[in-house]
Amino acid sequence: MDIRSHVSMVFHLDKCIGCHTCSIACKNIWTDRKGTEYMWWNNVETKPGTGYPTLWEDQEKYKGGWEKKNGDLKLKLHSRLKGLGNIFYNPFLPTLDDYYEPWTYDYENLFNAPEGDDQPTARAISMVTGKPMDNIEAGPNWDDDLGGSPIYARNDVNLDGLTDDEREQLNELERVVFFYLPRICNHCLNPGCVAACPAGAIYKRGEDGIVLIAQDKCRAWRMCISGCPYKKTYYNWASGKSEKCILCYPRLESGQPPACFHSCVGRIRYLGVLLYDADQIEKCASVPDEELVAAQRNMIQDPFDPEVIKSAKANGISDATIASAQNSPVYKFVKKWGLALPLHPDFRTLPMLYYVPPMLPVLAKTKDGNYDVSDAESENLPALLSSLERARMPIKYMASMFSAGNVKVVEDVYRKLIAVRIFKRAQTVKDYQQAEVDAALEAGNTTADEVESIFRLTALPTYEERFVVPPLAREVAVEAWEKPLDRKREAGFGVRNKIAKRKF
Amino acid sequence: MFDNALFIGFPYAAVVIAIVVSIYRFWFDPYSYSSQSSQFLENRVLFFGSVPWHYGVIIILLGHITALLFPRLWGLFTANQTRLYVLEIIGLSLALMATVGLVLLFYRRMANARAQSVTSELDWVLLIVLLLQVGLGFWVAFYYRWGSDWYLHTAVPWLISLLKFQPNIASVTALPFWVKFHFINGFTIILLLPFTRLVHLLVYPISYLWREHQVVIWNKSRHY
Repeated sequence: MDIRSHVSMVFHLDKCIGCHTCSIACKNIWTDRKGTEYMWWNNVETKPGTGYPTLWEDQEKYKGGWEKKNGDLKLKLHSRLKGLGNIFYNPFLPTLDDYYEPWTYDYENLFNAPEGDDQPTARAISMVTGKPMDNIEAGPNWDDDLGGSPIYARNDVNLDGLTDDEREQLNELERVVFFYLPRICNHCLNPGCVAACPAGAIYKRGEDGIVLIAQDKCRAWRMCISGCPYKKTYYNWASGKSEKCILCYPRLESGQPPACFHSCVGRIRYLGVLLYDADQIEKCASVPDEELVAAQRNMIQDPFDPEVIKSAKANGISDATIASAQNSPVYKFVKKWGLALPLHPDFRTLPMLYYVPPMLPVLAKTKDGNYDVSDAESENLPALLSSLERARMPIKYMASMFSAGNVKVVEDVYRKLIAVRIFKRAQTVKDYQQAEVDAALEAGNTTADEVESIFRLTALPTYEERFVVPPLAREVAVEAWEKPLDRKREAGFGVRNKIAKRKF
Repeated sequence: MFDNALFIGFPYAAVVIAIVVSIYRFWFDPYSYSSQSSQFLENRVLFFGSVPWHYGVIIILLGHITALLFPRLWGLFTANQTRLYVLEIIGLSLALMATVGLVLLFYRRMANARAQSVTSELDWVLLIVLLLQVGLGFWVAFYYRWGSDWYLHTAVPWLISLLKFQPNIASVTALPFWVKFHFINGFTIILLLPFTRLVHLLVYPISYLWREHQVVIWNKSRHY
């Protein structure tokens, strides 16, 4: 057992309102420089949709992540030799056109235009070339709220597993459905970007698991951009360096949550420590598709287990960090309750950002100005609230995103989420019979106590409950290169000349 | 006197400056060590330019170095006429490949607005010098014939004498102008190397072949 700690995340998709406040907070702090205008370290996508950059989930196109080949785990992008051979031209690199050409407007013209018959306009100016852009053909969130869905939503790769009937239903006006997917770097345990970088410039911080690109070592070989299946490393075309989400580590080190977490209006984001067994990484990334989620949960260790605590301490994890892991909302959502799932575990990078899949509103029609749920009642299903049988978004779609196609895993999550709703509804509105509540609890494999805790952390969490930032102890970082006690007694009142280093 | 400056002074100066500045830049400005790839901005022409250029020029450069390091073996190899023919044909095609690739890259920098926006003045200087070099090399090998053989008896003794710090320029001074131009232009590239994006060839990531896939850096040693 090799216990390490990891600052991990949960995004609760039912709470996301798609306001993009997170994206703006991030952009204002980190990516408003030249060459980074098109970068969205944090972005919010509409699902179904092709995302940003377009079709990032299609690994036949970009070759991100890992694949199993003859039983071995291999980078999908290249072997080591092929990587060096492709260095002069990376055949799987997304280009600026797969994102969008960033632009601004010639606002000065509004003031300086000579007097004339026409209203002066502010033309769009490319922030790459500085030349006017006549046609703006793409932008961030070009397909927001299903905009242009015949082109975007219909080409979502997660729809591949659906039958034609199911696909058609999604396009019916009455059933139209979407949800939001906010994305940042997943700070994976088996990152594809790190493995793909020829220069070895990308690394994972041992203490907290944050994945960073050493700017001084990056040589613009640009393999990380293809290697990351989530397309969360970006190429700064102006500086010739790749950049990515740094999980606001300067904020974390001073005890604050990252800016996107802090600014989240829907309070969908949770941050906390997970303790995991690093010995299991390779095994966990190699199991068959349907076992991936289970294996990843299995790798996460119980922070209350004395064995785990012992091993953690042996690895130099501080008591404060262990306490933080015991208090972690992420641990509860991911392991204890099993509600949060990794995004695309099929990429085999072991992402450490987990999502609680969205319930989506119940499907109903209006009749005489009232919601008509007689359909549900006739099928003997609980009315008003979502039920799995009447899920608006085919469960297979969710499974394609969150469980590598294993429908059972997603169903279990939904049954529990439904149990929480029915339980709380019975408590507050009192229109459910106790028998129905009990049946829901049993189907969700949960208890009244657990439901209360889930409800509490979902609906009413305080700032301190959402963000349990461990002390990263960067204030003692100097110990990495200097033993503090070595310099004791070397200076003080009356000491004018340098005194020799203490020998004892 | 002029020949001495050209064939002794300049090469030494170029190499010394290249080494000193490269090391200085590596230690004190590592951030600037980048290939400054523009593939992200322009993808199509780059493929037809970059791939033939790099593979062509690297193999030819390796040929030059092999002859310099193993002159006897090289001489024995080129002594057979069939082998000489084959070598010359391969060399010429590679030179042609590299030249065509570079011309495309040159065109791309001129014609594509996005690529233009990341092209500095030094980039243009470098492009011109490189284009001149492969062009000259191709022309010299084609026009004067059997370059792979007489290179061995003209430039190689001179270069070896430079390496041994016993400069002897007798074997190169009498050569035609275009050949000498090729030599001097070659050292100009070495001189430009540390000041341009050409430094990327010094940091070709060969260690990728054996490094661990995952890189984890600890703030301090873990077991204490």
